[in-house]
Amino acid sequence: MRTINKFVKVKTLAEAYELNQKRSNVVLGGFMWLKMGNQAIQTAIDLSGLGLDQIEENDEGFQIGSMCTLRDLERHEGLDEYFQGAVREAVHHIVGVQFRNGATVGGSVFGRYGFSDVLTCLMALDCQVELYQRGIVPLKEFAQMKHDNDILMRVLIKKDGRKISYQSQRHAKTDFPVIAVAVARKENQFFVSVGARPMKAGVIEKSGWLPASSRSDREIEALADWAKDQFIYGSNMRATSEYREHLAYVYIKRGVKEVLGNDH
Amino acid sequence: MRAVNQAVRKKDAMLLVTGQPVYTQDLAPKDCLIVKILRSPYAHALIKEINTEPATKLPGIECVLTYKDVPDQRFTLAGQTFPEPSPYDRLILDQRVRFVGDAVAIVAGENEQTVDKALKRIKVKYEVLEPLLDFRTARDHKVLIHPEANWKSLCDVGADNTRNLCASNEEKNGDVDEVLGSCEWVIEQTYHTKANQQTTMETFRSYTYRDQAGKLTCVTSTQIPFHVKRILSNALALPESEIRVVKPRIGGGFGAKQTAVTEMYPALVTQKTGKPALLVYSRRESLIASAPRHENEITVRIGADKNGIIRAIDMVTLSNTGAYGEHGPTTVGLSGHKSIPLYGKVEAFRFKYDVVYTNVMSSGAYRGYGATQGTFALESAVNELAEKMKLDPVRIREINMVKEGAVMPAYYGETLNSCALDRCMAKAKEMIGWQEKYPGIELNNGKVRSIGVAMAMQGSSIANVDTAAVFIKVNDQGHYDMKIGATDMGTGCDTILAQIAADCLNCSVEQISVSGVDTDVSPYDSGSYASSTTYLTGTAVVNTCETLVEMIRKKGADQMGCPIEDVEFDGDRVHRVSGNESITLRALANVQDQDADLSATESYCSPVSPPPFAVGMAEVEIDTETGAIDLIDYVAVLDCGTPINKSLVRVQAEGGIAQGIGMALYEDIVYSREGRNLSNSLMQYKIPTRLDVGRIRVDFASSYEPTGPFGAKSIGEVVINTPSPAIANAVYNGVHVHVRELPITAEKIYNGMKQHKNKSN
Amino acid sequence: MIIKLWINDQEITKEIDGDAILLDFLRDHDCYSVKRGCVTSNCGLCTVIIDDKPVLSCSTLVARADKKHIYTLEGLQEEAREFGECLADQGAEQCGFCSPGLVMTVLAMVKELKNPSDNEINEYLSGNLCRCSGYMGQLRGIKDYLQKKGGAGK
Ligand SMILES: Cc1cc2nc3c(=O)[nH]c(=O)nc-3n(C[C@H](O)[C@H](O)[C@H](O)COP(=O)(O)OP(=O)(O)OC[C@H]3O[C@@H](n4cnc5c(N)ncnc54)[C@H](O)[C@@H]3O)c2cc1C
Ligand code: FES
Ligand code: FES
Repeated sequence: MRTINKFVKVKTLAEAYELNQKRSNVVLGGFMWLKMGNQAIQTAIDLSGLGLDQIEENDEGFQIGSMCTLRDLERHEGLDEYFQGAVREAVHHIVGVQFRNGATVGGSVFGRYGFSDVLTCLMALDCQVELYQRGIVPLKEFAQMKHDNDILMRVLIKKDGRKISYQSQRHAKTDFPVIAVAVARKENQFFVSVGARPMKAGVIEKSGWLPASSRSDREIEALADWAKDQFIYGSNMRATSEYREHLAYVYIKRGVKEVLGNDH
Repeated sequence: MRAVNQAVRKKDAMLLVTGQPVYTQDLAPKDCLIVKILRSPYAHALIKEINTEPATKLPGIECVLTYKDVPDQRFTLAGQTFPEPSPYDRLILDQRVRFVGDAVAIVAGENEQTVDKALKRIKVKYEVLEPLLDFRTARDHKVLIHPEANWKSLCDVGADNTRNLCASNEEKNGDVDEVLGSCEWVIEQTYHTKANQQTTMETFRSYTYRDQAGKLTCVTSTQIPFHVKRILSNALALPESEIRVVKPRIGGGFGAKQTAVTEMYPALVTQKTGKPALLVYSRRESLIASAPRHENEITVRIGADKNGIIRAIDMVTLSNTGAYGEHGPTTVGLSGHKSIPLYGKVEAFRFKYDVVYTNVMSSGAYRGYGATQGTFALESAVNELAEKMKLDPVRIREINMVKEGAVMPAYYGETLNSCALDRCMAKAKEMIGWQEKYPGIELNNGKVRSIGVAMAMQGSSIANVDTAAVFIKVNDQGHYDMKIGATDMGTGCDTILAQIAADCLNCSVEQISVSGVDTDVSPYDSGSYASSTTYLTGTAVVNTCETLVEMIRKKGADQMGCPIEDVEFDGDRVHRVSGNESITLRALANVQDQDADLSATESYCSPVSPPPFAVGMAEVEIDTETGAIDLIDYVAVLDCGTPINKSLVRVQAEGGIAQGIGMALYEDIVYSREGRNLSNSLMQYKIPTRLDVGRIRVDFASSYEPTGPFGAKSIGEVVINTPSPAIANAVYNGVHVHVRELPITAEKIYNGMKQHKNKSN
Repeated sequence: MIIKLWINDQEITKEIDGDAILLDFLRDHDCYSVKRGCVTSNCGLCTVIIDDKPVLSCSTLVARADKKHIYTLEGLQEEAREFGECLADQGAEQCGFCSPGLVMTVLAMVKELKNPSDNEINEYLSGNLCRCSGYMGQLRGIKDYLQKKGGAGK
């Protein structure tokens, strides 16, 4: 059983950051994941009074406060429209509506979970995280960083005209994914991120492939084959590494076709 | 008939949907001691030393109990009629622990935090032993799970603790090898079904206290209150007369609560301390230390002549009972007894089995009770036979299925009085569109859609063993108080039995009030399991009503001074046939005289166990590139005799099928190499959500069972048996892959398709 | 710490531990309809409504419910009866243990979705597990309820 000695609803980010420097103190996201552990927390740091629960949209992009819930992401019309439903597709399988009313963007991104749909999807976008101490860091970099005592304030996504496709395969529909694949395209640049391998999502980038003149099935398959080889895969109770590797190939291929759309 | 065969609302419906406090934990006194269990981290070990002192010293801790504090007489937790076929192989706490999660110590204290703290302070030294985790090697293995001298088996089931055998037997009729030898077509295959969790939404829980009379009272979420009384008596070495068991509303059973999983722990605490005590299993405990379905490996041989007539069936079942033997000897029997008789033209059969002990969680009773495992194996084998012969799998069943009037040698020699299996098949075919859809079609999105079929049977109560008694009394208002010992676990049996009584007594269902079960006042009932309630307790209701009506007529006739032959009872009043005189039931109930109350009690034990039947057809969609499978449509047509309550019988069927779908597609208890249960939460052990079950459509082709109340048979269990084989068949019909080991995952389908490809390349 | 909140419109001010969980707090305050079915946020039995949203009380710290209005089935008896009758007519409340969580989520859904399709209903309620009913009867009951409400409300 997890215990919490003290609960502090902080007034400022500075206060939160300071408290978070102590090892036994912990920042609360939606508490969904934290709740299952059995660590003794000295001080639980609650960010919910800092106005970080907003999604702001402007011409440049989206700024998503870390305390926004996954349900907020799912229901945001601007995100849905700009990214062709991919963000919604990435989160709407996660457990259920009540769960997504609790789980936060901050917890999901900061946690950098291997199974994460959220991370997989965001990785294929031009996405950065805004940290209190370190400032703005590309998500790709953040994903590889060690867990430290910084505070995640916002997730920033640029509107750079990417088309994106998100797919996952699961046993039961609201289970963790067996594989999660996001493919994005900015003109002739392709971004492929694969998560739930079961290791956490990574992203690769490839430019110049598939020029408008040669987009046959064979070339798409070759791209998918190459892309899937850029990742390593593992086995767990949901699937073996061999199967995951195959699934990655299939979904990358389909994703590429989807983002090519009428250009294919 | 007015109430029977209608969709009557459940008597407790409005209580439940408005969230009233009617379940075990809601009723427990607020000052109950909180009880928790310390569990073994090893699959097999001996406790060398156990130091409880640091835990006991904590303020707020009432007691910490270990194997040194419990009676040294073994018993079983299986809820079965005495003498139980399940071996007496347990103690409340034992020095030997036999699976990861086995109980090591019991802690009781003021509140949860303190008890949690105390659990951490108990220091245990184990001698870690080699675990036996592979059930295929368990028989005669050098590692013995139950070497103890006081292990005992009460019935002759072939159990032998020195060989890790919980049961072993062989039955046959005719010479199976000879008949198989003369068959044109023979199939031999091995199938593997996994342990599955019943996953009741209300986990196991019980509380105990001493009542005003000093009786040890146990309020518990159970299907078997009367058996719990005996089990506690065995466990605590306390006479049954000093124990009382009460069942409030319970949050699901499905067989899980046919094993007394939690009762003994708080009972021991109350026995030692005299204080009320409550134990609520966490979901984790419910998933690692409970009583799931037995894992089975079943080898089937079937032989058919050139026309597809199935002439011989040979089944060999290996069943994994885990650390303890609850329901081991009996579940395995059903794998053959409730599958082989589906085929009516069989000249010879053999059914052989071993049930073995291993170092995983012990198994128990789960809806279908072994028939589910046997049905997956036999129905899959029949489908493989049809494929080999290029016969339509529906056709092979049509020409082989058992018919009304048949004598069934593999079913205890019983005669089949009622059977609408043929009509079930015809209706299912029509509902799913078998003619048009079989075997399947390729869609233009890289998927195939295909359909599959299976059939199944079960029983209705355990013949000559289970007993149900009913007590009905006319109260001052001229209404009826009905007491039953059968336990409503959400299935609606209180209502169903009231419907039966209402029709027998010619009154409305509202006029029958039904009480919950309290072993101090309820009449004996072996419990709600083995599909017995409607059939067995229902018949007891009919018999009790007949006796009561006689008494009512007699008393009416006495009051009116006429012979009993001259009166009739119309539900309201007793009136003379030869005159106008009459007297109301209410008036009769209030007559003060020497006679006893207007009340009757009858009990019933059935010499037969008439089987209900089911046909299931599944339509699936498979992605041919990934193997990903979606269930689109599931059609089931059932013969449960007369459906007593139309809506409840439908929901029973839909619910059982959904559980069967989970079993077919992903439910699996996975252990690590050290024997640690990895499927220990609802995050890892997935049951179907409403997005996973596709569309379930249920219909009925009713027969009339002459031995059942108003022609009824059972429904509760048979419904879970068809999904696994029907879905497996649909997979084959779509992508030509046989999945012989459950669950049927996308990866297994994909691997099968890959093998095909490799072969054809 | 001291918090103030409202359970079914009743104000409560209380000293609580930092790790107190809303589910336990509600049961301690006689809201016995709120059930626990898991420890991993998967079952939905513990659903309550806060700020018009269905929320898992098993995963909510009481400290976080400070200054909020919380509704449980105890406070929504009339609505529960109205929808409950539709469920009961289908026989879809079997053991009933999942009913409170389901009823709460359906009541929230009715406010959030307009004329939902079967699939939208199933998606909205996918976090509410039921092991007894197989879900079909629940869906029939929900559709009946929506129809009745639609007919009566507009
Ligand atoms: C049963 C279950 C099923 C799930 N299924 C899926 C799934 O299928 N797909 C998927 O993608 N995800 C899934 N998840 C993960 C879920 O979506 C969330 O990502 C997860 O619960 C973490 O979010 P949270 O808000 O609950 O964070 P918390 O549990 O509160 O926190 C998680 C971690 O992040 C830290 N943290 C939180 N916010 C901040 C911040 N602003 N700054 C710094 N550190 C912070 C916390 O200290 C903690 O270490 C599942 C989780 C559960 C419990
Ligand atoms: S108790 Fe299961 S989700 Fe809250
Ligand atoms: S009715 Fe029993 S869990 Fe839903």
